[in-house]
Amino acid sequence: MKIIVSIKQVPVRDSQLRIDSSGRWIQESDLSFEINEPDAYALEEALQLKEKHGGEVIALCLGPARASQTIREALAKGADRAIHIEEENLTAFDTLGIAKLLAKAAEPEKPDLILTGLQSDDLGAGQTGVVMAEVLGLPSATIIMAVETAGSGIRVKRELEDGWFQNVEMPLPAVLTIQSGINKLRYATLMGIKKAKTKEIRRVTVAELGGAPAPVATIERVYLPQRTKQTQMLDGTAKEAAAKLVEKLKFEVRVI
Amino acid sequence: MSGSVLVMMEQRGGAWSRMSWETLAAGQQLAAQIGGTASAAVAGQGIGALANELASKKLDKVYAIEHQLLGAYTADAYTAALEQLIRKTSATMVLFPHTYQVRDFAPKLATRFNQVLISDTIGFRIDAGAPVFARQLFQGKLNADVKAVGPAPHFASIQAGAFRADQLENGTAQVETFTPDLKPDAIRAKPDAPFRESARAVDLTAADIIVSVGRGIKEKENIPIVEELAKALGAELAASRPICDSGWLPMERQVGSSGQTVSPKVYMAVGISGAIQHLVGMKGAKTIVAINKDSNAPIFEVADYGIVGDLFEVVPALVEEVKKAKS
Repeated sequence: MKIIVSIKQVPVRDSQLRIDSSGRWIQESDLSFEINEPDAYALEEALQLKEKHGGEVIALCLGPARASQTIREALAKGADRAIHIEEENLTAFDTLGIAKLLAKAAEPEKPDLILTGLQSDDLGAGQTGVVMAEVLGLPSATIIMAVETAGSGIRVKRELEDGWFQNVEMPLPAVLTIQSGINKLRYATLMGIKKAKTKEIRRVTVAELGGAPAPVATIERVYLPQRTKQTQMLDGTAKEAAAKLVEKLKFEVRVI
Repeated sequence: MSGSVLVMMEQRGGAWSRMSWETLAAGQQLAAQIGGTASAAVAGQGIGALANELASKKLDKVYAIEHQLLGAYTADAYTAALEQLIRKTSATMVLFPHTYQVRDFAPKLATRFNQVLISDTIGFRIDAGAPVFARQLFQGKLNADVKAVGPAPHFASIQAGAFRADQLENGTAQVETFTPDLKPDAIRAKPDAPFRESARAVDLTAADIIVSVGRGIKEKENIPIVEELAKALGAELAASRPICDSGWLPMERQVGSSGQTVSPKVYMAVGISGAIQHLVGMKGAKTIVAINKDSNAPIFEVADYGIVGDLFEVVPALVEEVKKAKS
């Protein structure tokens, strides 16, 4: 099975975010970056499918030069090679443009399966995989919690709301968006890290892929959300704050 | 400016998705802002009664998209059916509730019109004739205004709880049945019936007090720290998704869009940042307490009481104080 995993590099989860001078994005210069968490699960799923059925795993990433760190880590975990669409200014594209670029890069590889995380931790649009599928004319399924082969196709378990699930069969090639928690993530081994240094990362530019269409949705402004509730902040040392809270629970909320 | 808003309602097995009504209210408000009309659509097989229910709302038209191939949801059939309806009605804006089903097909539908779905939005305004939608970034840490540029139709999905269903205006609407042209062999996915995993052993919805733990707990070995607090308070222990994903607590203790929806007297969120997927599961709690080291964590936006601090110091102190108060 030839599997492409589309991964994204995002700011690490606990980052203190500051809005940049344009007011349209965040200051990236002082941040650390890591693989988007649902994409890490997609990569792991691809590696497990390869271990079961053989084949090849190709990591595909659209991102600036700094993303090569995340790509190396994917290779260290076991991806066979990578394609890096190197582009510094990601804010110039919308989801459609990004998905079209990823699809264009994926198409000549003729993969059996394309996996990606169900959404990104930064923009959270949750569309890249589905739009890629539509651009490539492939079937897709989202928020996937299990993947197995079924005849010449696959059988996947979709997560629905409220603890409901649904099994769906579909032919290959197909695109799946993977839910966090589908599997247990592996760590890269020392051997893996060593091997990764010799694995191929093919770099392509947006221009080489024929460019992307002008965005139809643009971020006009980024700002701090307004609080909807009056929160009583309880301060002091841990002990003082705890005592204040118990006081509230006892006399205002009346549950103690 | 004028135009027409089409709201795609969601039903499963003849039951409405609650979020659909909130989205319908959003659609009426958006129509008022653009000086246009709002219509609603529902797709399925044998959905006449559902469509008639919509006829009592203030809408221009109600479209019952009837087809036997829409009986069980598939992305291919829904996308094709809605594409045909949107082209026929020339809707300028299409709104969806931001459900798991919508996430499965709406991006595909928008792509057919060379558009993007502006997803999970929480509000909108019209700026120089173009719709601008507010949505969250970075798991709710920041908001962004996203402008739909270029020609209509524009597509957006509405976050759970962003609009109120009780603001829906009543009226009368004409119901029209729309029969899309669907071909069985164009539907590539073969879905089984939805199912639930074995009955839940833990019913969090019955608890008066819930102590819920998130990523801030750092390691499985630290879970007893919050367990102790739950015990002291006589509370049920719950968790955000990542804790259950990691297997630190069983899935049946998960609160959020994929887990249980709870509304206890007190919900104490410990080390939970408050991504929307979690908030939708607990926003209905009477009193929300948040303990988190990051003062900018979105959980504080819904909290009644907040403690900014290290949970490894605050929680043991809290256990002491609760025990003292109870003795």
